[in-house]
Amino acid sequence: MAAVTVKRLWKEYGAQVVLENLNLTIADHEFVTIVGASGCGKTTFLRMLLGIEQPTRGELLIDGQPVSPEPNQDRGVVFQRYSLFPHLSVLNNLLLGLELQGAPLSSKLLGKLFGAKRRAAIDKAHELLNAIGLYTARNKYPSQLSGGMQQRLSIAQSVICEPKILLLDEPFGALDPGITADMHELILNLWRSRRMTIFMITHDVQESFKLGTRLLVFDKLRHDPQSPEAYGASVTYDIPLKHGHPHGDNGPAPSRKLA
Amino acid sequence: MPRLINLHPRRSSALALSALPFILLALAYLFGSHLRLAENPDDKLLPALGDLYDTIKQYAFDEDLRSGAVLLWLDTFASLKRIGIALGISAVTALVVGLAIGIVPLLRATFGTFITVISMIPPLAVLPILFIVMGLDELSKVTLIIIGITPVMIRDLAQRCAELPAEQLIKAQTLGANSWQLVVRVVLPQLLPRLLGSLRLQLCSAWLFLISAEAIASTEGLGYRIFLVRRYLAMDVILPYVVWITLLAFAMDWLLRLISRRAFPWAETEKR
Repeated sequence: MAAVTVKRLWKEYGAQVVLENLNLTIADHEFVTIVGASGCGKTTFLRMLLGIEQPTRGELLIDGQPVSPEPNQDRGVVFQRYSLFPHLSVLNNLLLGLELQGAPLSSKLLGKLFGAKRRAAIDKAHELLNAIGLYTARNKYPSQLSGGMQQRLSIAQSVICEPKILLLDEPFGALDPGITADMHELILNLWRSRRMTIFMITHDVQESFKLGTRLLVFDKLRHDPQSPEAYGASVTYDIPLKHGHPHGDNGPAPSRKLA
Repeated sequence: MPRLINLHPRRSSALALSALPFILLALAYLFGSHLRLAENPDDKLLPALGDLYDTIKQYAFDEDLRSGAVLLWLDTFASLKRIGIALGISAVTALVVGLAIGIVPLLRATFGTFITVISMIPPLAVLPILFIVMGLDELSKVTLIIIGITPVMIRDLAQRCAELPAEQLIKAQTLGANSWQLVVRVVLPQLLPRLLGSLRLQLCSAWLFLISAEAIASTEGLGYRIFLVRRYLAMDVILPYVVWITLLAFAMDWLLRLISRRAFPWAETEKR
């Protein structure tokens, strides 16, 4: 369960207004795609959901509670780059979340699991590695993977912790167009099989229509040519999309069942 | 004809090329030595190969008449012990303090400027203070090396820490990491290869401080011996000692690089 409510939200940096008077109600298990010109506060909005930026005024609620002011395991994130750990193998990157959140003392002290707990975690990781097609690459380091494989791993790394909300900041922006179709299928399958709400920023309008159940367009409502920073952006279009719905009939069919 | 910047030597010729400057240096020495000795057989500046050989044999294999020790090994052991202890303490200190300052903003705000200022103190200027406070024995020599290299290494490691992409730290937090877990699973492992790199860069300074301290107050050690025999213009001792110190330093550098490659293969692949 993760419904997001935004009430009269403003974000300002000094005199510069980034977001003004944002009002939204996002239901649980929505796939929200966000488009808009550069500098329109899309990423700022995502960073506020993540907890690394705080609203200047207004409320940002997850399930009725204010967003915690620092990142935690409720909200997973995938950036365009740098979200993998270069010193860990593919398998260990995937295990990391399970090891950090484990109950045993070794988890608290060393961030590691041992024995039966570790084997159970590895089984879970192997299952997901199979689903994202990285099982054979499980002992490689991230720098030895292609861009598409890195992003698949980064998504899986967040998803294995079962976050309520998954935040994606242009996750496929740096990938070859040929790979993105696979990535779309992967993210839709993961979204369908797990109850999480997804917010995804993209520059690709087609992608936003294909994946989302709801499309938000961020833009400035007013513009002062003498002082371009005086007004902030808000949601100018809020479009419910039929396809891609959890039980929709004309969304892309999953070709394989994912964990 | 390809451009000069595109001409790469083959593996075998690369080896020969890298040996070339050493051979040239040796030839220049032999030539100079020959000329000087031809003019004055008692010249001490550039001793002949035979004399060098005799001295090396005497220092490296024969027992000293006065002390009964083999001097080269006595000196080498004393110096390596000092520099080894100092490097070990410096590495651990730099790692702990550098990591703490690099990752905890409150500590960075408190100690960042302090460390920068401390690292600007010329270590040799505080050597007299060390001798006064700690006496003339081992402690002051080891401390000089530590004072000389640790602040720089702390700054280097704190900088490396700060260079870790913010995305990584945020991601780790979304995976449930608290500050301590973040340090032991994400930051520390990525800092270790950089610690070895930092140590390699500081080897040169460490030897400089070691030899300075030994030159001033010591009863054995490579630096002590060089400055002792300087009084007799004993170039036949000084030159082999300098070569030997260089070899030791080179070996330590090579060893650290080997450890880094073996222990942190990910750091090597990342560079490609």
